[in-house]
Amino acid sequence: MPADQITPEKVRYFITFAKEGAMRFGGQLDLQRTFERTLRRAKLPLAYSHGFHPHPKINLGAALPLGIVSLCEIADIWLEQPIAPDKMIAALQAASPEGLRFVEARQAPPKEPALQNLLASAEYQIEWHQEDQPEDLKKRVEQLLSQSSILRERRGKSYDLLPLIEELQVNQRADGQEMLLLKVCLQPGKTGRPDEVLRAMDLDPFLPDITRIKFHYIEKTDVDKGSD
Amino acid sequence: MINPTELERKLNRILPTVQKPGRYTGGEFNQILKDWDSTPLHTALAFPDIYDLGMSNLGITVLMDILNQQPDMLAERVFSPWSDMEAAMRENGIPLYALESKRPVADFDLIGISLPYETIFTNTLNLLDLAGIPLRSEDRTDADPVVIAGGHATFNPEPMAPFIDAFVIGEGEEAILDVARAVLAWKGSGKPRAALMRSLAAINGIYIPSLYAVDYNPDGTIAGVEPIVPEAPARILKRIVGVLPPPPDKLLVPFIDVTHNRVPIEIMRGCTRGCRFCHAGMINRPVRERPVEEILNSIELLLDSTGYEEVGLLSLSSSDYSQILKLVKGVNQRFAGRHLNISLPSLRIESFSVELMDLLLENSNRGGFTLAPEAATERMRGIINKPVSTQQLLETAADIFSRGWHTIKLYFMIGHPDETLEDVQAIADLCKLVRDEGRKHIGKRAQVNAGVSTFIPKPHTPFQWVPADTTEMIKAKQDLLRRELRGPGLKLNWTAPEETMLEALLSRGDRRLSEVILHAWQHGAKFDAWREHFDIEHWLLACTMSGVDPDFYTHRERGEDEILPWDHIDAGVKKSFLLEDYRMSKSGEIRPDCRSHCYACGILPKFSQLRRENPGPAWACPEIPEKRGHGAG
Repeated sequence: MPADQITPEKVRYFITFAKEGAMRFGGQLDLQRTFERTLRRAKLPLAYSHGFHPHPKINLGAALPLGIVSLCEIADIWLEQPIAPDKMIAALQAASPEGLRFVEARQAPPKEPALQNLLASAEYQIEWHQEDQPEDLKKRVEQLLSQSSILRERRGKSYDLLPLIEELQVNQRADGQEMLLLKVCLQPGKTGRPDEVLRAMDLDPFLPDITRIKFHYIEKTDVDKGSD
Repeated sequence: MINPTELERKLNRILPTVQKPGRYTGGEFNQILKDWDSTPLHTALAFPDIYDLGMSNLGITVLMDILNQQPDMLAERVFSPWSDMEAAMRENGIPLYALESKRPVADFDLIGISLPYETIFTNTLNLLDLAGIPLRSEDRTDADPVVIAGGHATFNPEPMAPFIDAFVIGEGEEAILDVARAVLAWKGSGKPRAALMRSLAAINGIYIPSLYAVDYNPDGTIAGVEPIVPEAPARILKRIVGVLPPPPDKLLVPFIDVTHNRVPIEIMRGCTRGCRFCHAGMINRPVRERPVEEILNSIELLLDSTGYEEVGLLSLSSSDYSQILKLVKGVNQRFAGRHLNISLPSLRIESFSVELMDLLLENSNRGGFTLAPEAATERMRGIINKPVSTQQLLETAADIFSRGWHTIKLYFMIGHPDETLEDVQAIADLCKLVRDEGRKHIGKRAQVNAGVSTFIPKPHTPFQWVPADTTEMIKAKQDLLRRELRGPGLKLNWTAPEETMLEALLSRGDRRLSEVILHAWQHGAKFDAWREHFDIEHWLLACTMSGVDPDFYTHRERGEDEILPWDHIDAGVKKSFLLEDYRMSKSGEIRPDCRSHCYACGILPKFSQLRRENPGPAWACPEIPEKRGHGAG
């Protein structure tokens, strides 16, 4: 509908979704595009921005490096009318490609700041196929964390990765195999990347399956109610 | 052979390391993945260029839909990997695979390759090689897939003859099922491959090059092309459909950005204008229109099932669609408020086109308005049969600029051998006149972007006898344009003369060029349609190695009674009609649009039964009364 007919009673939702399968090889723009199309196919009453080129009001959280699966992505969207969360999830699921799995929708306070500004850190799980399992995982972790700084380069700029690592531990899976649990900082200008942590341990970042399993927020907000 | 699970694991490791990995994953919304073991016939449709282009190819989309609707058949997609992915695949022992099931292409029964243009030929060899399929038809065994090809470039199939088992000449909507049924009947029958080829040869519109012998005269021209088995017809008449089948209900929705991110709807097939250089205009006759209601319903269905925000209303000449105003108004009414972008390419140079776009775009997206005058002097307009007056162009330009567009894109063609530097100077002058017209309305913001392509004589057109312009002449004409078309409000795009030479070589080639294509590929030629990959040196070397003189194909004027390499392929339009038109071109005589008067190009007698079965305005050709004794009429 024309921008001038948008009612002031727009409703805000936070939607939790998983990005997996083929979708994990799409970048943030691809995700944005797919999300918009999924919302349109689901016939949700999307709210559009005002102006000469109105665009739907969809805000996606922190970009994932290509190839990484996430079980906890968050979208911040605005609709023209309220809709029951379970209905919304069902409609979205039916309209989404196989790599998008919708987990939960919650109405959100309109005044809360943009999602990206609420994120503090993210947790990743790093698992190898049996034949690719590195043997000295514990030693590599100890070695990495015992350094006084880990200088890495990204887009031609040097930075210290160490202070961005909030947690790095070796866990045992039920089948006895070892995996890594990594918690890194996720704030504007202070983003720790799991592939960089693996590289710093001299491990091939493309060998294991990496999954983003959880976000941590700056303060207790509506976003992570229920997920704790 | 590698299984899909292993293949996918290997893929997951290399995909994060290549550009746009979304090209290689499949899994898009609306993808159809059928069960392999319980489906008897496995077909793969291949577009031998990257995903980004292939996914915008309407032909592949339509044929996939038709095949997948058959309960006993499945169809999957195959595209060429870009060079980074190809290197990674070769290094990791990953064969070319189909996107849906991740099965190696060599496991399929039937591979259908789309050949829309000639610069895709080396990619076709590369695709077969990556799939592990023998390049030459004669080297394939009963265990190898059957390799067929179709598309505009196959109206001269000869340069690719040794590499393709069967060509589908013309429209594939019905022919593809005839071929697939024949392959299915043969599969497991225990009969040799040669038996399948003979049964395919008996299907209308199917050309099996291995069943024809070509003889040459001492001067290198063709002495004759003869079938060597009774099933193979002396001439292969193209297939057409009487009515355009309804568009598919669903379309795959890529999650990466591709060339066209939109719902494509073919509103009309064919063109009645008869521009003498235009291959598509000659080979896609007769003109058939899709009803307005069907188009509108289809748009709605596809917007709902894709979530796209853009629609392309496609045809060779949109203004000639007889219900165009009704269509545009219908789109406007039905989809108001959907935030849609609608493109309506190929509009005639007249004020009506501007009114249409004005209606269609409402308040949005007035980027550039595209027109294709092609020539700038009355003389050249007479030669190419595109009579658009300068006056008409300027009036249209004034309308465009005064209705809110800032940029006009003008398409021209240089390089007809009868064109002089004065004709080319006129192109530059015309561009400036259009810009100045714009300045009257919107001042300095007025912009003219000239896209100047180079003429390539094409088979089955009135210019099939004409030599391509010499490289020196093309360079001189382009130099003139570069000199003239600079300064504020003017921009020029042109085609590299070497690219034109390659296309001119291949488009009118014969079977002997297959060696050139093979050698060129072996020496590194691929992605010839991409400027960053194209290198004429590969081709010059290949010509030398094959003992082929490229000038024989590019710069030689053909004799009027010469047997042309594609004469046994019947596009419906008679050779005598093309010849008559060629002679008219020499005297600059215009042959008007055939919608108002039939000039007997040959289509109607060849498809008279089909026309009788489909009476009324859906065809632009005159009606044929029912035969006596059939009652009606």
